[in-house]
Amino acid sequence: MMTPFTVLLLLVIGLGVILMFYRLANGLGAATNLNDDFPWGLWIGFDLLGGVAMAAGGFLIAGAVYLLNMKKYKPIVRPAILTAFLGYLLAVLALILDLGQPHRIWHPAVMWQIKSVMWVVAMHVIFYTMTLAIEFSPMLYEKLKWQKAVDFVNKIIVPIVLFGVMLSVLHQSSLGAVYLIVPGKLKALWNTSFLPYLFLVSAVMMGLSMVSLETTFSGKAFKHKINMGIISGLAKGNLIVICLYLILKLFFLAKGPGIGAAFVGGKAANMFLLEMVAGVIIPLAMLASGNLRQNLNSVTTANILVVGGVLLNRINVSISGLYGFQSATGASYWPSWIEVIVTLAIVALGIFLFKLVAKYLNLFPEAEMEY
Amino acid sequence: MTRCIGCRGCQTACKEWNELPARKTTFKGEYTNPIRLNSDTYTRIRYSEKDDKGRPVWSFIKEQCLHCKDPACASVCPVAALTKSAAGPVVYDYDRCIGCRYCMLACPFRIPTYEWESARPWVQKCSFCSERIKDGLIPACVKVCPTTTMFYGEDREVMAEAKKRIADNPGKYVNHIYGEKEAGGTSWIYISNVPFDQLGFTRNVPQINLSDLTWDYIGKVPALFGVVFVAGIGGWIITRRNEAESKEG
Repeated sequence: MMTPFTVLLLLVIGLGVILMFYRLANGLGAATNLNDDFPWGLWIGFDLLGGVAMAAGGFLIAGAVYLLNMKKYKPIVRPAILTAFLGYLLAVLALILDLGQPHRIWHPAVMWQIKSVMWVVAMHVIFYTMTLAIEFSPMLYEKLKWQKAVDFVNKIIVPIVLFGVMLSVLHQSSLGAVYLIVPGKLKALWNTSFLPYLFLVSAVMMGLSMVSLETTFSGKAFKHKINMGIISGLAKGNLIVICLYLILKLFFLAKGPGIGAAFVGGKAANMFLLEMVAGVIIPLAMLASGNLRQNLNSVTTANILVVGGVLLNRINVSISGLYGFQSATGASYWPSWIEVIVTLAIVALGIFLFKLVAKYLNLFPEAEMEY
Repeated sequence: MTRCIGCRGCQTACKEWNELPARKTTFKGEYTNPIRLNSDTYTRIRYSEKDDKGRPVWSFIKEQCLHCKDPACASVCPVAALTKSAAGPVVYDYDRCIGCRYCMLACPFRIPTYEWESARPWVQKCSFCSERIKDGLIPACVKVCPTTTMFYGEDREVMAEAKKRIADNPGKYVNHIYGEKEAGGTSWIYISNVPFDQLGFTRNVPQINLSDLTWDYIGKVPALFGVVFVAGIGGWIITRRNEAESKEG
């Protein structure tokens, strides 16, 4: 029996797939509102930058469990790795749709250009997606009863996870480094030479929140007991990271355009305020209270705010912050309905695949059933 | 800038040499046409009308790729499809391009354009007629100009000529060579009798080699890798040892 929610997911995915083929057959001009002044839009800002940031939970939890021996988080290591794997696969899907010559996606692997951040990013995507595939693979081998393969992966898991952590840290920051080349275009609110590391820290925030959210939601959906120790442990860790992020953001705001620049009004400054207040300050205040950290609903609300805030940050850096410069020629950009539906379909595909894996593979090996 | 009469001969010659099709445009209330450089227009003349005490004063600005000495577009291209050739032109290799359009984002002058209507699109921009230069010819736009608006030669000759013209004609030009410092220096430079920011030239172009900004980060990548590697190994050893100790104790 399919739930109405699953039916809705499949409908959105179906529509999205049709539109993806439409895009590939007819080109970017036909499917998107991109133009010579706005070469990148929603698919890069949300699908790709957001998808990769969302995946940060994978390297964090895998690192915590396999490298730092934090056994408490063992039960969520599999969903965290799955989220990361799906995040990267879907980001690659978005990239395929966004590239003008998608069949040449392999070119960076053989045509090196080490001065290009995009090349660095491409190499990270290639290696980290493979690493995640290995980290994810035991779930598949168990289902297939390939015990030897499971044992083999378990033998090499520590170096694999270490390699994954190294790639991830660099990849998250490299995505921020993409925007170092546009100091004359990006609004001073976001523009700083520290951008790579701000991307890294905010990805850690988003990663921790995503892992916490899916532990909560899949616990509810599959009727597992939700381990409040894990949820509040993640929340406590996140509290420290969000604190660090806020301090860094305020420091570079003061050092760059000055704190006052956030309050001058106008679209860019208001988007900046929204990102900072709703996505950083409010969840920080909520997680700072020890009592609220024990309350599942309030932690969930804080996590949703963090995820929304980081996604908004990526949109701001890639679209809002550049809008003033890019629209000076009279051009404008707002995503087309096709861009929006395709984006929704990619999100829906992520949720659907997660549910599929949860249903058919052993995603929660140590979960306690409520009934 | 003081020599151009706005005849658009260069714009047409460029289209002819590069075999670029015409595009249907609509009148938008100004002489500049098309409204922007596009994948079929590598160069155009922009018309600027200023009011000087009731008298209209026209300036004609030729737009095309400035062929930066250290091009941001080439530095960001993940597959080296754009490169700065030894002779000066920033050239594009169709066989490498994957269509990521990072060059368009990175260019401080809004130069690279895209074939948005195509299902197999390419980046398009002025090539400085690199094929003509190879054959010992001069660029089509320079060749066709009836008023010798453009002075073509080796980098240092062009810069020397610009400086000489400014020095020899006191009061005629503003003391700014656009492209001397912009984006670390460009192979196309402009001198003008009207300040450049009044003519719609992109303002606040960073006066540095833009690729230094990203190289500064990429140079740190190996070190960052090392730090994370050591931290990971260190964390692994310490936590395992702690566990062993707590079991013994």
